[in-house]
Amino acid sequence: MADSQATIVEAEVQNPELRHHFADMEQQKNAASLGMWLFLVTEIMFFGGMFCAYLVYRTSHFAALAAGSQTLDIKWGAINTAVLIVSSVTVVLAINAIQHGKPRTTINYLVITVLLGLVFLGIKSIEYTNKFEEHHVPGAGFHFTGTFDDNGKQIPVAENEVQLFFSLYFAMTGMHALHMIIGIGIMTTLAVMTWKGRFSAQYYTPIENAGLYWHLVDIIWIYLFPLLYLISRHT
Amino acid sequence: MANEHNSKTHASSEHTVSVGIYLLIGITLLILTGATTAIAFVNLGPFNAAVALTIATIKALLVILFFMHVKYTHEKMTRAVVVSGFFFLAILLALSMSDYMTRAWR
Repeated sequence: MADSQATIVEAEVQNPELRHHFADMEQQKNAASLGMWLFLVTEIMFFGGMFCAYLVYRTSHFAALAAGSQTLDIKWGAINTAVLIVSSVTVVLAINAIQHGKPRTTINYLVITVLLGLVFLGIKSIEYTNKFEEHHVPGAGFHFTGTFDDNGKQIPVAENEVQLFFSLYFAMTGMHALHMIIGIGIMTTLAVMTWKGRFSAQYYTPIENAGLYWHLVDIIWIYLFPLLYLISRHT
Repeated sequence: MANEHNSKTHASSEHTVSVGIYLLIGITLLILTGATTAIAFVNLGPFNAAVALTIATIKALLVILFFMHVKYTHEKMTRAVVVSGFFFLAILLALSMSDYMTRAWR
């Protein structure tokens, strides 16, 4: 390459991560962020379909869905909500650290995030184990003998209709857990990439976009927690 | 490190939020989680669901505005996409429920 050409290229490319079709790093970052948000909108609509199904069946089979919901352990749901909120804080702290050019701190926070994600899945597995032991998993082995506790008044419910609640419960929390597993994979990859020196105060878009994904998964749980665990306690 | 630059040349003009604000929002979210859990055990009748979902929405808004940096972005396009996501979710839920909840004739 001729010397003069090399100089021009060097002047244009201030950062090796800047793709040639973007004017500068900020434009590139904003474009990536916009694309991530478009993806998150599809995620909102994806989970929105399940939230909609939940609302429809809660309206049409209220007593049965409430009876199913009352068997869930609020303790585990609340702990998991707190775990996810703390993990969201560690994600923003990881981004804050790389913005200030501290990749070591970023790695630490990403690792804590991954560990908190694993704690969430561990607690979820305890809950799922309980469901299997209680035969509350939809399918041939499903069995439900409880009643709907309407503020002290015991109302009998149809077993099949309660199965509907647990179908929704496993579909929604299962799909959320799958998103957590993917998120843990992404955060682990980013920790390794940060370790290899791929990110700096000038370029950390992948961490920021992974953070957006992680927060959205957090928000979905913020709604799943009251809908599945809380609002059927008293009606 | 491949990309070790002097941190004075901030390529991005993006507002960096202080750690204090993140911690404050995080603690607020934890308090709201405790509050919504405690309120679930108090009998408020039909208001239990309303209170729980209002608190959930406040928590979601805090996460979106502060953790997801929507409060700090100057990009109108990104804001439009964020709003459109929840707008279409609202259409999905509102129109579906307006159907299912008005089937008394069946």
